[in-house]
Amino acid sequence: MKILVPVKRVIDYNVKPRVKADGTGVDLANVKMSMNPFDEIAVEEALRLREKGAATEVIAVSVGPAKATETLRTALAMGADRAILVQTDDEVEPLAVAKILKAIADAEAPGLVILGKQAIDDDSNQTGQMLAALMGRPQGTFANEVTVEGDSVTVKREIDGGLETVKLSLPAIVTTDLRLNEPRYASLPNIMKAKSKPLDTKSPADYGVDTAPRLKTVKVNEPPVRQAGIKVADVDELVGKLKALGIA
Amino acid sequence: MKTLVLVEHDNSSVKDATLSTVTAASKLGEVHLLVAGKGCAGVADAAAKIAGVGKVHLADDAAYEHQLAENLAPLIVDLMGHHDAFLAPATTTGKNVAPRVAALLDVMQVSEIIGIEGDKTFVRPIYAGNAIATVESSDPKLVITVRGTAFDKAASEGGAGTVEAVSGAGDAGLSTFQGSELAKSERPELTSAKVIVSGGRALKDSETFKELIFPLADKLNAGVGASRAAVDAGYVPNDFQVGQTGKIVAPEVYIAVGISGAIQHLAGMKDSKTIIAINKDEDAPIFQVADIGLVGDLFKIVPELTGKL
Ligand SMILES: Cc1cc2nc3c(=O)[nH]c(=O)nc-3n(C[C@H](O)[C@H](O)[C@H](O)COP(=O)(O)OP(=O)(O)OC[C@H]3O[C@@H](n4cnc5c(N)ncnc54)[C@H](O)[C@@H]3O)c2cc1C
Ligand SMILES: Nc1ncnc2c1ncn2[C@@H]1O[C@H](COP(=O)(O)O)[C@@H](O)[C@H]1O
Repeated sequence: MKILVPVKRVIDYNVKPRVKADGTGVDLANVKMSMNPFDEIAVEEALRLREKGAATEVIAVSVGPAKATETLRTALAMGADRAILVQTDDEVEPLAVAKILKAIADAEAPGLVILGKQAIDDDSNQTGQMLAALMGRPQGTFANEVTVEGDSVTVKREIDGGLETVKLSLPAIVTTDLRLNEPRYASLPNIMKAKSKPLDTKSPADYGVDTAPRLKTVKVNEPPVRQAGIKVADVDELVGKLKALGIA
Repeated sequence: MKTLVLVEHDNSSVKDATLSTVTAASKLGEVHLLVAGKGCAGVADAAAKIAGVGKVHLADDAAYEHQLAENLAPLIVDLMGHHDAFLAPATTTGKNVAPRVAALLDVMQVSEIIGIEGDKTFVRPIYAGNAIATVESSDPKLVITVRGTAFDKAASEGGAGTVEAVSGAGDAGLSTFQGSELAKSERPELTSAKVIVSGGRALKDSETFKELIFPLADKLNAGVGASRAAVDAGYVPNDFQVGQTGKIVAPEVYIAVGISGAIQHLAGMKDSKTIIAINKDEDAPIFQVADIGLVGDLFKIVPELTGKL
C-alpha cells in the first residue's frame, strides 16, 4: 500500500506574522518558512505505518513555489521515499489543492492519504475533507490514533467532547491532530540521502486543474491590539479585583 | 437568500453553538435548519422554537446518528438544491462535514467567519488570528463555518418554525461509528462558560492540575481549560485545549495559570473580556494581553486564592 502525504510550506510557527502596511496580506519576505507542523505529524505517521509493514511506499506532495522543494526534501530526509512538487507561484486555495491531490491519487492509487488537519497560515481546515469528497472515500479527521487492519483503518478522533472512534474502508483519507505522534528529526546522513531521492516537478495544468481563486481577498487587517493592563501586588488585591468583576 | 443551518445536537438537545450560527445565517436571509440524527424528533421540535427559524428539515435515520460526514454530506447537498448558503458551527462536527459538502458543490468554503460585510463578503481570522482577512466569494452557493464567539446567540424560544421530514440516501457504506469516550463534567462547558480557569505546563502533572485548578474553578463556577503543553503532557484530556487548533473561547473572565502565552494559545482566548494571568515570569508574553497580572509562584498563589474566595 502506498501512502500519499501532502505537505505545505508555511510561515514557521515560531514567527509572529505581520500584516503588510498596504493591507494586501501578511509579510512573508525574509521570514522563516517551514513544513506545516500538522504535516510533519502526517509524514511521521506514514513512516511509522511503513515501518510496521502496513505500507510500502510514502510519497510526499506539495503544491507551491519552487522553494516548496525544501519542504519536500525535509519530508524525504525524515524518510519519505519520493516526492512530487506541483509548482506554481499562485496562491492555491484548498479546493484546488484537493483537486490536484485527487488527480495524483487517481494516478498513484494510494491506500491512505494523510494530511494535516489545518494549515497554520490560512487556518482553513478543509483540504482533507474536500479530497475525501472528491474521491468519494471516507475521512478520519483530527486523528489521535490510526490503526490499519486488512482493508480498513480505524481512526480515533479528537472531537469537542473528547474522543470518538470510526472505522473506514480503504482507501481512506486521514487528517492529523497534535497528539497523533511526535515527529522525528531528520538525521544528517538522512538529509544527505534525501538529496538523491526522486523528486518530480509538475504543474497544476498537468493535472488539468484550474487554480483561479474563488475567494477574493478584499483586505487584510491587523487584529485589534489588546493593551497590557495592570499588575496586582498580592492575592488579596486579586481577590478584590475578582469581586469588582462580580465573579467572586 | 435561503440559508440552511446544520443543527448541532446529541439526538436529545440542541447545542449552543447552533444558536450563534443561526444569528449569522439570519444576517444573510431566511433561516432553515437541518436536524439529522436518530430518534431526534424532539431536537427538531426544540430547534423550531429558535427565534427567527422558518423550516426545520428533520432527517431521522440510523445512518445520521453519529453525524458521519460520509452520510451527512450527500443529504446536505440534496437540500442545497433549494438553498443558497449552508452554514455550520465551527465545531469539530461542522469542520468535519462542511468542507465535504463544499467540495461536492464545487464551492470554496469560507472557514470560521467572525463577521459578515455583505451577501458574499465575510471576515475571518488567518495566521492564528494575527491577521484578519475580508474575503469575497465568487461561488454561486456559499458554504460557511461560523465561529461561535463572534455572533450573539439567537434566543432559543420564541420561534415558530415548522418541522418537515426529509429522507436521504442514508448509509454511504464507507464508514462506521465504533464508540466514543466523552468527558462528563459538572462544570460549565468551555465554549459557553462565563469564567474559565486554564492551566499550563507549569502545573506539573495530572494530580497537581486537579488539586490546584479544579477547586479554584469550582469556587468561581468556571469551566476548565488548558494549554496544548498541558494536554500533550497528559494533565487533562484533549477537549480542554484552548487555542488556534483547539477551542476558541471568549468568556467574561479568563484566568491563565502557568501559561506562557504563545501565539497559538492567545489565538483561542484573546477575545475574552477580562484576562487575568498568574505567572512567575514577569516577562511572560501572556502579560502583554492580560488586564490583570499577578507575578509569582502559582503553587503558593493558587491555594491562597482558592482559600480566600
Ligand atoms: C501547530 C501548532 C498548534 C498549536 N496549537 C496550540 C493550541 O491550540 N493551544 C495552545 O495552548 N498551544 C498550542 N500550541 C503550542 C504553543 O506553541 C505552546 O507551546 C504552548 O501554548 C505552551 O504551553 P504553556 O504555556 O502551558 O507552556 P510553556 O510555554 O512551557 O509555559 C509555562 C509557563 O509557566 C510559567 N511557570 C512555570 N512555573 C511556574 C510557577 N511555579 N508559577 C507560576 N508560573 C510558572 C513559566 O514562566 C511559563 O511562562 C501549538 C503549537 C503548534 C506548533
Ligand atoms: N499547497 C499545499 N500543498 C500540499 N498540501 C497542502 C497544501 N495546502 C493544504 N495542504 C494539505 O492540507 C492540509 C490542510 O490544509 P488547509 O485545508 O489549508 O487548512 C495541510 O495540513 C496539508 O496537509
